[in-house]
Amino acid sequence: MGSLIAYSFLAALIVGGALGVVTSRNVAHAALFLLTTLAAVAGIFILSLAEFLALVQVLIYGGAITIVLLFALMLTRLEEFSNVRDNTQWPMAIIASVALLVVLVGAIFASRPSGAALRGASFQEVGTQLFTKWAVPFEVASLVLLVALVGAFLLARGGGNPGDDGIRDGGNRS
Amino acid sequence: MDHWFAVAASIGGVLAISCFLAVGGMFVAMMFGWKFAVLTGLAQTGAALVTAIVALLLIFGGWRMVFIAAGTVGLFAFLSVAVLAITLYERKVLARFHQRLGPMRVGPHGILQPLADAIKIVTKEDIMPAWTDHAVFWLAPIAFFIPTFLIWLVVPFADGWVVADMELGLLYLVAFSVLAIAGLFMAGWSSANKYSMIGGLRAIAQLISYEIPIIVIVITLGLTAGSLNISAVVNAQNTAWYILTQPLAFAIFFLAGLAEIGRTPFDIYHAESEVMGGPFLEYSGAHWAIFYLAEYINTFLLGVFVTLLFLGGWLGPVLPAILWFFIKVFAVIAVMFWFRGTFPRFRIDQLMSLGWKFLIPLAFVNFIVTAVVAFYGLPAYVLAIIELAALVGIAVLVQSKLTSPSRRPTLRLISARELRDAQ
Repeated sequence: MGSLIAYSFLAALIVGGALGVVTSRNVAHAALFLLTTLAAVAGIFILSLAEFLALVQVLIYGGAITIVLLFALMLTRLEEFSNVRDNTQWPMAIIASVALLVVLVGAIFASRPSGAALRGASFQEVGTQLFTKWAVPFEVASLVLLVALVGAFLLARGGGNPGDDGIRDGGNRS
Repeated sequence: MDHWFAVAASIGGVLAISCFLAVGGMFVAMMFGWKFAVLTGLAQTGAALVTAIVALLLIFGGWRMVFIAAGTVGLFAFLSVAVLAITLYERKVLARFHQRLGPMRVGPHGILQPLADAIKIVTKEDIMPAWTDHAVFWLAPIAFFIPTFLIWLVVPFADGWVVADMELGLLYLVAFSVLAIAGLFMAGWSSANKYSMIGGLRAIAQLISYEIPIIVIVITLGLTAGSLNISAVVNAQNTAWYILTQPLAFAIFFLAGLAEIGRTPFDIYHAESEVMGGPFLEYSGAHWAIFYLAEYINTFLLGVFVTLLFLGGWLGPVLPAILWFFIKVFAVIAVMFWFRGTFPRFRIDQLMSLGWKFLIPLAFVNFIVTAVVAFYGLPAYVLAIIELAALVGIAVLVQSKLTSPSRRPTLRLISARELRDAQ
């Protein structure tokens, strides 16, 4: 009973927050709605007895990612975005969202847990699994982050003169 | 799950208290004067809490939950009193540094001064400028206060004296301390004031930068203690406090912690001579009081965590555990006030350089050295010697840099002829 009420409350927060992200005209409001949604997802993790995952969710998504997003927002002029509600990438976004939905639904149905398996994994178990069985995917994830970092670096350098831009010319020269 | 019930109960409780403080106090004060406002404020808060507890009891059932909820409420009451004590403590300690007496009028030696201040602040008019983003402006203090308060749920005051004794207590500390930044952003951005905006930007830059060394140091301590449970970390210091075996980690943690809570010499985001209070500039009355409360709770929190992680928490001979705990906490807080009385404020670029070029690499090196020592099972004094040597080396380096002749502006008298020749 209690967990059903908690779940409904959190689900309402998640869906409402997500709707707020896509419908609000103000970019800062959208970012704050995103924070609400991500924090509520941490609540769902707690209900699923995944304490470690919930804390990491709060730390990474609630803390790091949204805060950096807000930081970027504060550096921009809001008037430029006041009427932005969609852009030309929406067909790609639909394809990506539907693909993600298919993968997630497939994963949930493929790994339907039995009732006996429902208990929280301890922090030690998570660590052992992560660094032995799942070590390669873990490292690949860090590689993705590295690529994103290099990409951000290239973008931040901007469209300077190609002649004096060592990094951008690197490919052409070799 | 019990732990997380405490978290949920606190969020609800703090929301209720904040709402009543901000709305009820203001209106009643305007209508009937402050004496009535204080009484009704207390009654309202009490009623809200009772309602919340009964509702939670009905939904979740079980007396154990009521005990947890009661612990949460007790924690809130304790923190309010502690903040009052700390404001007086700060004014008295600072007064000694300034060779003054500090507050002396209200009560013997001014001990009732904080109470008078609290009543004054809560009953002041709560102004919301017309140009602000109302919803965000109104929610910002609460969004800043809730994560600050939630951290206290995992703080053990003595062995077993803790609301939620989580296995992942240290991770919880880090996760929720990052969340408070959102409140500062909301305040800075929604005020639509250039100083608030700059203050908010500074706050985000400063807090996310200094979060990294804190996380690395926390991981290092977890590695040494073999657990992320805070009580376990304290009990692991039974033989030697971590300030003795890991002095470098202590220095990094304390400096980064000072930056994280925005105290001198790192009070850059609300520096009154530069950004006039930063994100809090447009706030007044009860809303400002919530920010003020959260800031002082943070000061207390840093004292508590330095004590728990490096000074052996409640461990100590003869005296009862809880007394040792508070003696150490107030000693650490006194050092923070001493800093305030001694050091000038850093510039924002100096702050960022210190964080990214110095504290973060140092924290990672410290982590690797600790990991090697732990992996080979070397005795603790090896680590202590390495870290102490590093600390002394850094101190000598900084001292020689600060006092090197090349940094001093040199004045030399030159003759008119010399000047002409040079030209």
